Amino acid sequence: MLANMRPVDEREFARLLAEATATTTPVALAGAGTKANIGRPINATTQLSTRALRGITLYEPSEMVMSARTGTALAQIEDALSARRQMLAFEPIELAPLVGVQAGQGTIGGVFATNLSGARRIRVGAARDHLLGVRAVSGGGEVFKSGGRVMKNVTGLDLCRGLAGSWGTLAVMCEVTFKVQPMPEETATLILLGLPDEIAVEVLCEAMTTPYEVSGAVHLQHSLVARLWYDGLREQGQAVTALRLENFAKSVAYRKARLMEHLKAYGEIHELDSENSLAFWGELRQLSVLQEGEAPLWRISTAPTAGPRVVAAISAYMRCRAFYDWSGGLVWAEVLPTTDAGAADIRRVIATHGGHATLIRAEPQVRAAVEVFQPLEAGPDRLSRRLKATFDPAGILNPGRMYAGF
Amino acid sequence: MGLVVLPEPDRAIVARRDAIVSDLRRLVGAHAVIADEDGRRAYETDALTAYRALPLAVVLPGSTEEVSRALRYCHQHGIKVVARGAGTSLSGGALPSEDAVVIGVSRMSRVLEVDYVNRVARVEVGITNLGISEAVKDRGFFYAPDPSSQLACTLAGNIGMNSGGAHCLKYGVTTNNVLGLKTVLVDGEVIEIGGTHLDPPGYDLLGLLIGSEGQLGIATEATVRILRSAEGARPMLLGFDSSEAAGQCVSAIIAAGIVPVAIEFMDKPAIQVCEDFAKAGYPLDVAALLIVEVEGSDEEIADLLSVISSIAKPFSPKALRISQSADQSAAIWKGRKAAFGAIGRISDYYCMDGVIPLGKLGEVLVSISQICDRHNLRVANIFHAGDGNLHPLVLYDANDAAEADRAEQAGQEILKLCVASGGCLTGEHGVGIEKRDLMPVQFTETDLAVQMRIKTVFDPKWLLNPSKVFPFDGRKAAQEAA
Repeated sequence: MLANMRPVDEREFARLLAEATATTTPVALAGAGTKANIGRPINATTQLSTRALRGITLYEPSEMVMSARTGTALAQIEDALSARRQMLAFEPIELAPLVGVQAGQGTIGGVFATNLSGARRIRVGAARDHLLGVRAVSGGGEVFKSGGRVMKNVTGLDLCRGLAGSWGTLAVMCEVTFKVQPMPEETATLILLGLPDEIAVEVLCEAMTTPYEVSGAVHLQHSLVARLWYDGLREQGQAVTALRLENFAKSVAYRKARLMEHLKAYGEIHELDSENSLAFWGELRQLSVLQEGEAPLWRISTAPTAGPRVVAAISAYMRCRAFYDWSGGLVWAEVLPTTDAGAADIRRVIATHGGHATLIRAEPQVRAAVEVFQPLEAGPDRLSRRLKATFDPAGILNPGRMYAGF
Repeated sequence: MGLVVLPEPDRAIVARRDAIVSDLRRLVGAHAVIADEDGRRAYETDALTAYRALPLAVVLPGSTEEVSRALRYCHQHGIKVVARGAGTSLSGGALPSEDAVVIGVSRMSRVLEVDYVNRVARVEVGITNLGISEAVKDRGFFYAPDPSSQLACTLAGNIGMNSGGAHCLKYGVTTNNVLGLKTVLVDGEVIEIGGTHLDPPGYDLLGLLIGSEGQLGIATEATVRILRSAEGARPMLLGFDSSEAAGQCVSAIIAAGIVPVAIEFMDKPAIQVCEDFAKAGYPLDVAALLIVEVEGSDEEIADLLSVISSIAKPFSPKALRISQSADQSAAIWKGRKAAFGAIGRISDYYCMDGVIPLGKLGEVLVSISQICDRHNLRVANIFHAGDGNLHPLVLYDANDAAEADRAEQAGQEILKLCVASGGCLTGEHGVGIEKRDLMPVQFTETDLAVQMRIKTVFDPKWLLNPSKVFPFDGRKAAQEAA
């Protein structure tokens, strides 16, 4: 019978999933399992992992495209890219340390299955926007593909986007093909200190409406700055508002000067050089300031200008520490532990201000009791259930990981 | 032309035409229903004019509610529905049938809200593509996807086909630039997905709807990303002795870490026709021409174009010309954007939309030329070189039925070649009616079965945009399985 297995190819996945479907055996599907403690707990005795699906299968730097089997370590992908001065432009964030797992072990499959993107998302799009092609096995055990290895492809329904962000509940992605981008020659960071949230987000949005292609726009509340690894900023002891510019060195210099001029009314502007910039944005990619402790952590996507209002509204109910990314549109909110991790109040706030919230970190019993992902409206909920059923008729793949009952 | 077989219309539905028209008039108002033959004639085809059919009736709703009423009625009575924007589809995506009601969204073209701080606009989808950029340009913003037909085509059609354009190398295609949709499902239910925030929760229904060619629902409103325009943009022209050299030059530019906002390729026949039309100053003595455009301040542009010039040197460009003025830039782009129209002035043509890996450009162009020689046809090639999207324009005489069939035959061979070279059937025009029967070239039976089951999830009775996208084989099975 099934056990903890690491199938070596899509055919083996197909056989095992067909068998699990025939016997209605729930399967916990994972890559390296670094995000196993995120989402609703799964009740499954059988574990399938993509870890044995390893290796980069195609890399054409001059066509900005790479393919890899999904169990390939993200670190290996990024090493190969960086050897050719390229990168995953959407800057996948590292969630593992938030839930007590060592950083740097995740797989490329896990990146696309969770569609989690970093600071550069506001400039270049999300993980899902970079996915060009996928080979996968449905919950029912069918091997299928969608998309391909070329940049533009509108042939048939777009299942790449359908599968991205589905947390392994529809199909096992076995091989992914994705867009890559040249690394910038130079990175610079502009910093403003001590701004209240509302003004900080105004600065971030103002910067985003300039032609200087700001590729990172974040604000860290004072209480979180104290946790930064980069001591140059930690020791300032004030809220940090940061803007990133990336380009050829001459362009960065020019754009930096223009942006500083543009924002001078907001106060003194400090700069980080390329090396310090890489360190600073690198630690944000690991969510360094949120790794401490086990307090419930919410990830909230909303309109940028609504970000501070959401945080203020949550703060009226509970203590809340906030890290704003995406020029204010992505709020990481750390709250005090309660029986529902603040879910009832936070959902109410979101209903008022718009957007959606995901509970990224909480005790398993809390994640089993509350909606971890944003509850869906009736129409999308019904469509989602039916989509789940077409891919996974017996409901065996990561059952209940995203939503109870599918 | 006419290699694609269309099913016989449902005579029972056609026989009920008068009653259906009068019901629709009651539901959405007489002014919004076109029933007379002359009026319907305007909707009998799209930009793939080889295929024509007079629709049962045409409904032009003025609101989401009216779309919903019309769809609910059609669903209840088992009447097929073809969604339509401006009817500029090159793949027959908006082709009606005699037993189908056309629901056109052209009257729903308002800009509902522009939020410059959050960089989004909420619009009705009947707005033209260029209309969005026009609405925000005074504040220095634009909507990024820019299909050549942007003056006429609607956002609705762009959403249906996941349209791209010359500048999508840098800015992405429709699916990367739409943040939210209000969509009417086949039974009339209105759903809203996404909005001003990024990455909506749950499964990516937005991603499934965009590019679904009217198979899953009819979008009525969209929240789109608007971007601040660059300080400036300027193109340069690079002419080469061979297509291979041009292709290698593109690879070298990208390998150097430069992603221009656009890299367009034209072969000799295309250059000649476009130059005759636009007087853009294209060099006529080269085998292949690149238009490379970069953005930034004047100084940034000058720097980048000079770097690109040095990168091009080893490929021995026969012509290297940097635009010196806004007028020159406009002329250069006028030539390229008018390419289809310019070629249309000298001949009927069949426009293909395959995609190939850039590295295969040389050999694919040789094979295309062999295919067209074999069919005794001429071809001009236009290519979005940065992203591999190839538009061979196969020239033929529409009054010569045999030649028209040969053109369509050649087109199909070219698309098979694109797939065999590692690419795909369509990069931005969509499958529509045109490439429906070629789908098995690219997809296995299972690939298609999975897609068709998703179609069934949204449209259990298969009433939306019938006869398109999916080959007839396997449709019934998908309906039963889902």
